[in-house]
Amino acid sequence: MSVQPAVARYRGPSAVGDDLRRFLNLTWMLAVTDFKLRFFGSALGYVWTLMRPLLLFGVLYFVFTEVVRIGGDIPHYPVILLSAIVMFTFFSETTSRGVTSLIERENLLRKVRFPRLVIPLSVSLHALFNLGLNLIVVFVFVLATGVEPRVSWLEVVPLLLLLVLFATSVAMLVAALYVRYRDMQPIWEVALQILFYASPIIYVISFLPDNIERPAMANPIATIVTQWRHAVIDSGAPSAAEAIGGGVRLLIPLAVVFGTFALGLWVFAREAPRIAEDL
Amino acid sequence: MNKTFRLPHQRYSTLKERVLHPLSFKADEMLHALDDVSFEVATGEFFGIVGRNGSGKSTLLKCLAGIYGVDRGEIDIRGRLSPFIELGVGFNPDLTARDNVIINAIMLGLSRREARRRFDEVIAFAELEEFVDLKLKNYSSGMSVRLGFAVAVQVDADVLLVDEVLAVGDAAFQRKCFDEFARMRADGQTILFVTHDMGAIERFCDRAMLLDRGTVRAIGPPDEVAYLYNEANFGVAAGAEAQLPGEAARIGRVWCEDAHGERLVTSRHGEICHVCMEVKFLRPVRFPVFTVAFRNEVRHAIFVASSIPHPSPGEFRAGESARVRFSFSNVLAASHYTLTPAVGDWDEGYVPLDQREDVASLIVDSPLNTGGVADLPTELVVERP
Repeated sequence: MSVQPAVARYRGPSAVGDDLRRFLNLTWMLAVTDFKLRFFGSALGYVWTLMRPLLLFGVLYFVFTEVVRIGGDIPHYPVILLSAIVMFTFFSETTSRGVTSLIERENLLRKVRFPRLVIPLSVSLHALFNLGLNLIVVFVFVLATGVEPRVSWLEVVPLLLLLVLFATSVAMLVAALYVRYRDMQPIWEVALQILFYASPIIYVISFLPDNIERPAMANPIATIVTQWRHAVIDSGAPSAAEAIGGGVRLLIPLAVVFGTFALGLWVFAREAPRIAEDL
Repeated sequence: MNKTFRLPHQRYSTLKERVLHPLSFKADEMLHALDDVSFEVATGEFFGIVGRNGSGKSTLLKCLAGIYGVDRGEIDIRGRLSPFIELGVGFNPDLTARDNVIINAIMLGLSRREARRRFDEVIAFAELEEFVDLKLKNYSSGMSVRLGFAVAVQVDADVLLVDEVLAVGDAAFQRKCFDEFARMRADGQTILFVTHDMGAIERFCDRAMLLDRGTVRAIGPPDEVAYLYNEANFGVAAGAEAQLPGEAARIGRVWCEDAHGERLVTSRHGEICHVCMEVKFLRPVRFPVFTVAFRNEVRHAIFVASSIPHPSPGEFRAGESARVRFSFSNVLAASHYTLTPAVGDWDEGYVPLDQREDVASLIVDSPLNTGGVADLPTELVVERP
């Protein structure tokens, strides 16, 4: 060999690694493979990804328009409910599959050196594919109920980015913690339930008493869902800024998202070198 | 190329049972999987790592591969290191061979375009052209290992880590694997190879290292390391009480060859087969006795080639060498045989001088499958009285 390669010092696995191309290739490949397996693995592959939010929607819609009758007075309640469910499904899919993701990929983690963050990110990407497919259905419903497309629909992009960032951050955090504390899984199941009812999914934010409404909006999911309703479905509905009481206060849910991101990344990077041995 | 590995006091906590009491900090039990292991491997070397189960071989390989971090010490590697230690990692039984090859190749560090470009080469090497679109769950285990190996050799690495891969696959494919290793070595690639097969160590490695409970017992020529390993595993040759084996005579290489003197890995039933051994005498031996025992997969000694029925070759003086060749017509049943050569002195009763457990192996192919351990030539008479 004419060129002597440099000496590399191997210190063990890291969260992100130094080869970004391989990192992205791996994340994409794992997500696509999982998606393909779900999609083509069973006869009704795609139908099933769609059925879950749709069935939940059907049940909740029936309960809250026919039994409890809280949805009846809200204009476009069905599509508000459906979009909120689809977004929450993405969040719950990313985080709850994120919890066990490292354990499920034990085989890879113990046998190959690769950046550990690939695993939770691929879970998030896979859930994003499903979200994309579900959103097509949502927009078909939105248009079918007579909502006209507006310029404010463009807000969908930053809202989804925020949702993806939040879900991914939580996934990193719970995935890293689960390796050490196996009770993370039941804890997270309960936390998701609480979050579901704490977010304006089956109700809208203005249903909450005034002294709870604003603190509840610190929840990024509440912010995203409320702004979505305002921007996509019903411009008469309060925007996130109005619900929280001023645009500046929107920094609070944003701080929650970025704080979770920083925390998740820090915890994950700290655990990354030991994940393979602690599994 | 210089690689210095220093991993003193590796700590692996085996008790991570904080699950039930997340807040109570129990003292973890410490397991020193690797303790002060330090060695260097030169560029282009084929370096064997042997040791009993639990001696830290796999941990060492995982540290080298960057799968485990080290707790103290340094690992310096010049050049690109293969990131995997096992074949076919991440193979998914529900995907076709085609998909699995691409996925595995990306896993091992190729780009997607590169993986697709080399796909045909991989399949051709694995000889699985007819099965590319078959789901992997319908593959035999040998076929998927072939596929795994075929992808692995496509990885451009200067240093390869190989954990026990050669125990699988049929004889012809094993041959191919070793040819591939030879090519890699000729290309200047360095191979670190973990195995239990002392035959492979002696045949292929330039140097070897014996690990014992996380520490280095020996680093040196493969035959010496293999000897130490066998000694640790099977004990000293039976009956060799006072005399240290190897002190009066040392067994060197042991191999099989065919009628034309060609090295044999696989022998066909019915063929003439020669088993050869080299012995160096360090002291005068008046009536040397040479034997080679053939054990089958369940470790029954099926056949022992022995010089006892033959005329004595006469005394060997100190410093003289012997090349011994037994010829026999191969009537063994199809199996994988391991060869244990021994040399002794029959001056006043039999005194064993040296014995090497399982240092070589021979695979026998046979069209017959009678269930017996040997298929002797028979003559048949069936009468209708």
